[in-house]
Amino acid sequence: MDASITQTADTINHVDLWIVIIGLGLGSFALRFVFIGLIGDRPMPEWLLRHLRYTAVAILPAIVAPLVAWPAATEGQLDPARFIAAMVTVIAGIYLRNTLIAILGGATTLYVMLWLVG
Amino acid sequence: MTVYADPPPSASIRSTFWRGVRDGAPFLLVIVPFAVLFGVVATEAGLNVLEALMYSVAVIAGAAQFTSLQLLSDGAPVFIALASALAVNLRMAMYSASLTPYLGAAPLWKRALVAYCMVDQTYACAVVAYEKHPNWTLQHRLSYFAGVVMTICPFWYLLTIVGAMIGSTIPAGLALDFAMPITFIAMVAPMLRTLAHLSACIVAIVIALCFAWLPYNLGLLVAGLAGMITGAQVELMMGRRA
Repeated sequence: MDASITQTADTINHVDLWIVIIGLGLGSFALRFVFIGLIGDRPMPEWLLRHLRYTAVAILPAIVAPLVAWPAATEGQLDPARFIAAMVTVIAGIYLRNTLIAILGGATTLYVMLWLVG
Repeated sequence: MTVYADPPPSASIRSTFWRGVRDGAPFLLVIVPFAVLFGVVATEAGLNVLEALMYSVAVIAGAAQFTSLQLLSDGAPVFIALASALAVNLRMAMYSASLTPYLGAAPLWKRALVAYCMVDQTYACAVVAYEKHPNWTLQHRLSYFAGVVMTICPFWYLLTIVGAMIGSTIPAGLALDFAMPITFIAMVAPMLRTLAHLSACIVAIVIALCFAWLPYNLGLLVAGLAGMITGAQVELMMGRRA
């Protein structure tokens, strides 16, 4: 009796699950559609365009910074191998202006460092 | 004798598609382990293969999928699971605004498709390429986007199924957790051409680290907005001086 109660508490309610799947699907689509779908090719004010020019260089580094500073793979401890690999990628990307070479440089550095540090 | 200064337009549109495929390909290293992991976690939480797949098809956003599934497994109310995962996905609205000047003229159904396929990786590839090639027509931009999508979305679905069926993840020794930081850094670094871009990037990083404690990924939004405001202000200041 007790075991079956525990069992029910541990399992996801499948009605709830489908509500979340459908709701999250619709909600995520709405977030993605809101500007590109509703504004379309109507002109946007210059001050807004000026801010949008910096969306990529602001939000992508903001996604990455915590992953570099506190990698989950090392339980949130700054990892010398990962940190140096990230720095090599930054420097290669800025000076060589070539994404693919920067990726290869960063990946090579990461594996060499992991092999050296162990 | 006829000399073609430019390749025929149709060929060049096909070549932007393949350029998109090429630029998206490194992200397979991110997508494959992440999708497999989602499949595994979903199975462990009691979902069947169809439910795991439908999750990935409806949402296509790793972080939001993990957040909501985790909350549901912990017994959180449906409303909390939904609201938290949507908060994690708020950045998508910024991506949508950022791509509008480039793709806003497309027909509605194409814009709806682009919106559905808008994820971190497709957005990053597209915005970098559109900035680099300001002379591309709408057709070039759409075919490039389609090329990137081909290397991301089908694999997101497929590898979710694989994860749900085999139930084991890719070994941690391969350090694929770091594929995403490296690819994103490698894409953004060449964009740092002006003081305004550089300032936006540095402010965003500092704020992201300072506000990482905020729940539901909200630190990311604060950092993104702060970076965008910084970039716009520095651009104005430099313009005034010039």
